[in-house]
Amino acid sequence: MASVRQFKPEEPWQAPEGEPIVRIENVTKRFGSFYAVDDVSLHIHQGEFFSLLGSSGCGKTTLLRMLAGFETPTSGRIFIDGQDVTDIPPYERPVNMMFQSYALFPHMNVADNIAFGLKQEGMAKAERQERVAEMMALVQIDKLAQRKPHQLSGGQRQRVALARALAKHPKILLLDEPLGALDKKLREQTQFELVNIQERLGITFIVVTHDQEEAMTMSSRIALMHEGRIEQVDPPRRLYEFPSTRYAASFIGSVNLFEGYVVQQDDDQVLVQCDEAGGQLLVRHSQPLVPGMEVTLALRPEKVRVISHLDADAPNQLRGVIKEIAYLGDVSIYHVELASGKRVQFTQSNVQALAEQPLTWDEEVLLGWSANSCGVLTE
Amino acid sequence: MKLKQYLPPARNLIIAVPWFWLALFFLLPFLFVLKISLSEPILAQPPYLDLIREIEDGFVTIVVNFSNYQLLLEDSLYLSALLGSLKVATVSTLLCLLIGYPMAYAIARSPSHWRLPLLMLIILPFWTSFLIRIYAWIGILKGNGLLNNLLMGLGLIDSPLEIMHTPLAVYIGVVYNYLPFVVLPLYATLIRLDLTLLEAAADLGCRPWKQFLLITLPLSMPGVLAGAMLVFIPVMGEFVIPDLLGGPDTLMLGKLMWIEFFNNKDWPLASSLAALLLVALILPFVLLRHFERRAEEAAA
Repeated sequence: MASVRQFKPEEPWQAPEGEPIVRIENVTKRFGSFYAVDDVSLHIHQGEFFSLLGSSGCGKTTLLRMLAGFETPTSGRIFIDGQDVTDIPPYERPVNMMFQSYALFPHMNVADNIAFGLKQEGMAKAERQERVAEMMALVQIDKLAQRKPHQLSGGQRQRVALARALAKHPKILLLDEPLGALDKKLREQTQFELVNIQERLGITFIVVTHDQEEAMTMSSRIALMHEGRIEQVDPPRRLYEFPSTRYAASFIGSVNLFEGYVVQQDDDQVLVQCDEAGGQLLVRHSQPLVPGMEVTLALRPEKVRVISHLDADAPNQLRGVIKEIAYLGDVSIYHVELASGKRVQFTQSNVQALAEQPLTWDEEVLLGWSANSCGVLTE
Repeated sequence: MKLKQYLPPARNLIIAVPWFWLALFFLLPFLFVLKISLSEPILAQPPYLDLIREIEDGFVTIVVNFSNYQLLLEDSLYLSALLGSLKVATVSTLLCLLIGYPMAYAIARSPSHWRLPLLMLIILPFWTSFLIRIYAWIGILKGNGLLNNLLMGLGLIDSPLEIMHTPLAVYIGVVYNYLPFVVLPLYATLIRLDLTLLEAAADLGCRPWKQFLLITLPLSMPGVLAGAMLVFIPVMGEFVIPDLLGGPDTLMLGKLMWIEFFNNKDWPLASSLAALLLVALILPFVLLRHFERRAEEAAA
């Protein structure tokens, strides 16, 4: 899963002195006895493309709606650009939202839809027309100004919704599943465009999505949410390579989890006794761990290699039998059963069209991986 | 299965039913009315001369008589009756909309378990006969009626208010009776309104009352027009309410038609009045269709 950003994004969240543009402080939203958002604190910085990722019902949309002002937190405060907006109605907030259903006004044409927000703030007509033209050019719908929403395709409506939300030059643009209603091809293409537009305008984007690939592709950082709480906040690469919880590890991509306990730790090398794997595994982990502590090891399938023979000096070598093969074209996924009955997944790129000795069912294989490829989860 | 080829498609059969109904019970009677309106009144039973008359054996003449229409245009009584009907219909349509819109809005926005009971309350009066409900208003509005007794009992007035047999009584009766016809179509439009549109408007800087003016109201126009037509058209021909609640100065077409038909036994003149009224009413219908088409385009 590659990031489409051409430049390594600046990392404003690394600079603690900078005032974040969004400060969410201990926000809780309760509907009856149900905690939709449960004590969430989050800092989002100017110019970020920030994603709230999670499965449905995890509270991501509720959090976004509280930023827009459609829901009021049960407790906690929300600051935008230093201003406490917790009790400010949506029509006075310096944010705009692109709705999942687009919510275009059916009785207005494209140009009037885009001009709507500008009219509300009383912008002069000439300036307004100029801004509308500029927005339509930005999202490439110049020729559709006079069309009504029902005369547009899904992709065009999405662009109108984006242009309308951007027209007022908000400090923050909130996007609720912006690509959810598009088909796969168009969605991939639009991901790149959204990132380009965001980089060009420098507006902070906060996106709600349930699609991990979408979040990985576009975001500077991702907040993974689960049952109203934030599981982990990190840039896509860190979230994938160094998940901090079992949920985060298994939500993003595929993962092999090994349960075990710490035997000993030398510097940043940890030896873990793992009965499922039939022995001890070596991983790199710099945080201090106590011997005897129960941990989970997370190993991504693509980090596992097939090795030709056992090497007495190398760690992390397992013997198993291939039970399942899924051929996906670019890669194949193999399920290997270990002596303990535990199944381990690994993937191989199909480098050659016709491999000379392809791996096959019920074949015994040796698997190995380096100590750097595995993560330690304590939560 | 062979038979199917020789029968018209089921769709056409279903569409044919309302067409047949309209032709039999609307178009045909109207043609009778049109025919009578072009004949001469006589003292006989029926009280008009047939258009097609046999003079000698085998010879038939058709005598068309436009004098009824001429009289309608010349005598200012009929014009003022038309204007009177127009005025009552317009004012009561506006009153019904002003009262009915907030009612429909409130029902559409109330919690879902409240909506059905509230709608039932709107429809409930229809379970009592129309005439009984109008007579009930006489009981309320008359000199020593419920309202006057109440107001005098409370000491708010010294002598009874004169409401019965005034235009005010007609408006009260008409608005009371036709209000549900406005509330129901408006409710149907407002309940379908996508509330996300209001959130989008708020997000773009629109205060609640402007959200109503710029989004809710324009998008509920189909309901407003349907409700307006459902009141305006029948009130134009209404005669029971002005007859029972109105006074001698309440001049309306329906009442006049009644007088011409039953009191003066002038069927041809009454028929020409009916024909003119129909023409006056078809116009708003054409307008309604026009607006409906535009709304359909907007909603699609």
